[in-house]
Amino acid sequence: MFFVSLKRIARYGYQSFLRDKGSSMALLFIMVLTLSGATTLFLVRGATSFLVLALESRVDVSAYFLKETPEQNILDVQTQLLQLPEIRDVKYVSQEDALKKFTEANQNDPVILSSLQEVGRNPLLASLNIRTWEQGDYAKVVDALQRGDSASIIEKIDYQDRRPTIEKIGALTTGIQTIGFLVVLLFGIAVVLVAFNTTRLAIYHARKEIEVMRLVGASNAFIRGPFFMQGAMIGVIASIVTTLLFMVPVFLISGFVERLLPGFNLAGYFLSNIFLILLLQLVLGIGLGVLSAAIAMRRYLEV
Amino acid sequence: MNIVFERVSKVYPPGSVALEDISFSIDQGEFVSVVGKSGAGKTTLLKLLLAEEKPSSGRVLVDGGNIGGIRPSRLPDFRRKIGMVFQDYRLLPHKTAYENIAYVMEVMGAEEEEIARDVTEVLRIVGLSDRSDHFPDQLSGGEKQRVAIARALIHRPGVIVADEPTGNLDPYHTRDIIHLLLKINELGTTIILATHNKEVINRLGKRVLTLDQGRLIRDEQKGRFVI
Repeated sequence: MFFVSLKRIARYGYQSFLRDKGSSMALLFIMVLTLSGATTLFLVRGATSFLVLALESRVDVSAYFLKETPEQNILDVQTQLLQLPEIRDVKYVSQEDALKKFTEANQNDPVILSSLQEVGRNPLLASLNIRTWEQGDYAKVVDALQRGDSASIIEKIDYQDRRPTIEKIGALTTGIQTIGFLVVLLFGIAVVLVAFNTTRLAIYHARKEIEVMRLVGASNAFIRGPFFMQGAMIGVIASIVTTLLFMVPVFLISGFVERLLPGFNLAGYFLSNIFLILLLQLVLGIGLGVLSAAIAMRRYLEV
Repeated sequence: MNIVFERVSKVYPPGSVALEDISFSIDQGEFVSVVGKSGAGKTTLLKLLLAEEKPSSGRVLVDGGNIGGIRPSRLPDFRRKIGMVFQDYRLLPHKTAYENIAYVMEVMGAEEEEIARDVTEVLRIVGLSDRSDHFPDQLSGGEKQRVAIARALIHRPGVIVADEPTGNLDPYHTRDIIHLLLKINELGTTIILATHNKEVINRLGKRVLTLDQGRLIRDEQKGRFVI
């Protein structure tokens, strides 16, 4: 009985959706706009998270050792550092490795290569590249190296503090997300208002029908159900339309985004999260559709 | 279905008396006409019977139960026991004749096979088998009213309440509809017909309740239209 009624309510909702095309399309349009805003936010969040993560992974401290320092002493410092809980990893780069990397990096620059040949010896220093788990720990590590026993064999410590950059990106991300959220919220309110008005008009137009339904013994669920169903149906269609609408531009601008953010494939990110995106859109779309219908019915439909 | 009005009065604020101290009873299978001028209280009487209104005083009993005290959640169940026919047909405009009739069974949770069988049968009874796919605006007044009667009949209610069912119809269709109501009554369904069509009442020769200014002034077993 329950499922039979549910099926019939769904059918009535579908009929109302088809019958009231003008209002349905207006609501569908504004809901697609809202869901597009939400989807854009999701993609921007993915890109900025990738950027922050990439920057964070690049932060490190390099300690360069005096030229005559025996390799064993450097390895001892490495062992000591690895015992600290803040340390993620410590990589030893010998003078030879440093030269090799330098040569490889400048193989297309004959001036630098010829200068290196003129020097006649390896001018580069052995070093330890240190990474910590937390950004805030780098300053502590630098301090420990400068104050500890190893200070006497260290030529220089190169610490590129990218924290200000990361903080700036963080602030920018928060700003974008806040503005985006406000835009989505505004669209969301517009959706509720349009859907509310659509349902209100539908109830107004159908008031005689509703009275007849009551008189032939239709229950509240039978009268109200189709309005809910219509709202939910528009939410589902809006979700599918929005996802399909995003596919083409996402693929078109993916290459451009990858040039800005090397390693970040927007199309790949979109496709790998497509079910999550669709789920979020469905929850938002159905939620908004049903909520607005509920508000309209609460005010205008006394059954 | 036994219907009893027990000293029923209905007063609309601020003091408009629609019905005053009405008492009568209707037994199962009767054909009762309610007559009176416009504003005599016919529609109010029918609204009380459908529990659309509550009496200001007195009781309306259906099968012994006081419908004035019925809970709102029980109203749909109660209304499914009564079939309604209106002057303006009140068909659902976006449903076909078939769907309008089927709707009543759908709200009752009937199976699709049962609905298909019964709707086809009742369409045959009212002579509209070939109009089942037509929407109300594609039907004539008489056909619309026959759909309305089929809808009132489909769930085999104990009583059919017809409020001016011939009010918008020409004499030919009026005879047609009255004939149909008589046929339904012969099958055992109580018919309560509110009308001010003098000719219909006089030809019927059935029980007539006459209302005047909210009061029941006459209750005759083989009544005539006398106001």
